Amino acid sequence: MNPTRKRRLIIVLLVIAAAAVAVGLTVFALQRNMNYLFTPSQVEAGKAHAYSTFRLGGMVKAGSIKRSDDSLKVQFTVVDASGAMPVVYTGILPDLFRANQSVITTGHMDGNHFVATQVLAKHDETYMPKELKDAMAQAHAGKHIDESAMPEKTP
Amino acid sequence: MAKWIPLWLHKLSSPPTFYAFAGKVRPWAIALALILGVIALYGALVLAPPDYQQGDDYRIIFIHVPSAWMSLFIYAVMGVSAFIALVWRIKLAEVVAMESAPIGAAFTFITLVTGSLWGERMWGTWWTWDARLTSELVLLFLYLGVIGLYHSFEDRRQGARAAAFLAIIGIINVPIVHFSVQWWNTLHQGSTVNLFGKSHIATDMLWPLLTMMVATKAYYVASLCGRVRTDLLALEGGKDWVRKIAAAEKSR
Repeated sequence: MNPTRKRRLIIVLLVIAAAAVAVGLTVFALQRNMNYLFTPSQVEAGKAHAYSTFRLGGMVKAGSIKRSDDSLKVQFTVVDASGAMPVVYTGILPDLFRANQSVITTGHMDGNHFVATQVLAKHDETYMPKELKDAMAQAHAGKHIDESAMPEKTP
Repeated sequence: MAKWIPLWLHKLSSPPTFYAFAGKVRPWAIALALILGVIALYGALVLAPPDYQQGDDYRIIFIHVPSAWMSLFIYAVMGVSAFIALVWRIKLAEVVAMESAPIGAAFTFITLVTGSLWGERMWGTWWTWDARLTSELVLLFLYLGVIGLYHSFEDRRQGARAAAFLAIIGIINVPIVHFSVQWWNTLHQGSTVNLFGKSHIATDMLWPLLTMMVATKAYYVASLCGRVRTDLLALEGGKDWVRKIAAAEKSR
């Protein structure tokens, strides 16, 4: 490799390295603030106190969905491994909303319950035909395994 | 030129050789893209069963995911070509990098639009500032930046050099897009198809997806060959080999 090319190679590599370090530090610094959502146990631990509006994510507790008869108001409980948070929402829910489904709600705390202005359904990365799902459910009968469980880790 | 680069690669990088080579490759790549694309669409829309959770709505995956893969793949090709162009000043590498950008931008745009449609049906929103969606949008802006910077210089080669710098700096975003669903808690689900380890998709849904992936790759090769040929003619306008081609066209 001749000296000119070597010099260019070094310059280009230095620019890439500098940009990578800059982006790496930015991402690292943002990590604490880049919380897309809080889980119920994080909220209970007081981590969301600083925010007037935030996202609450978790699984809809089975049997907790209560729909109002004369309006679009609906109440349900969002749970994670160790926490639970009652949610009140008025509006149209996405098609995938149901018990044991992961949801992400946006809103604010009102006393000890969460008032949501938006409810989004989260789905997992698994795709399979219904027959296969039913067959798997039968094979698992007895021990309850839920595919769409909470995201395993929190940042 | 360093000795470890095989001679044929060195020869191929000369514009007249590559012009002829790309001309031979292009029809095969177009045919492959069309045939595999039709097979993949038939498998995706007719043969694949509905999903247990999303019903028929999930079928947009067969456009969305191959486009998303292409948006990252083309960026990687563009970044590597830009790197070669900057260090070794190989004209062909410059042309490949600059002509890849519009194709990659188109795939990124398709990814964002199909993802938005899918998100409205399944999640309940067209757009949300989650890490995967945001980093893919940044990828689109990087592509547009490269295209814009390239065309904002009077001298084409100077523009290509400036744009190549932007392209290789932006390559840092590629792993961020890919790993965003692991690094952050996002609305977007994790990877379905994994190169290493288990994929979370039934086989009769997986094969149309992979076929479509090969079809989009073939389309990229075909499109790139055509674009590079045109650009080489324009760039080398005064050279003998271009004059010969022009004379041959005229005498027909």
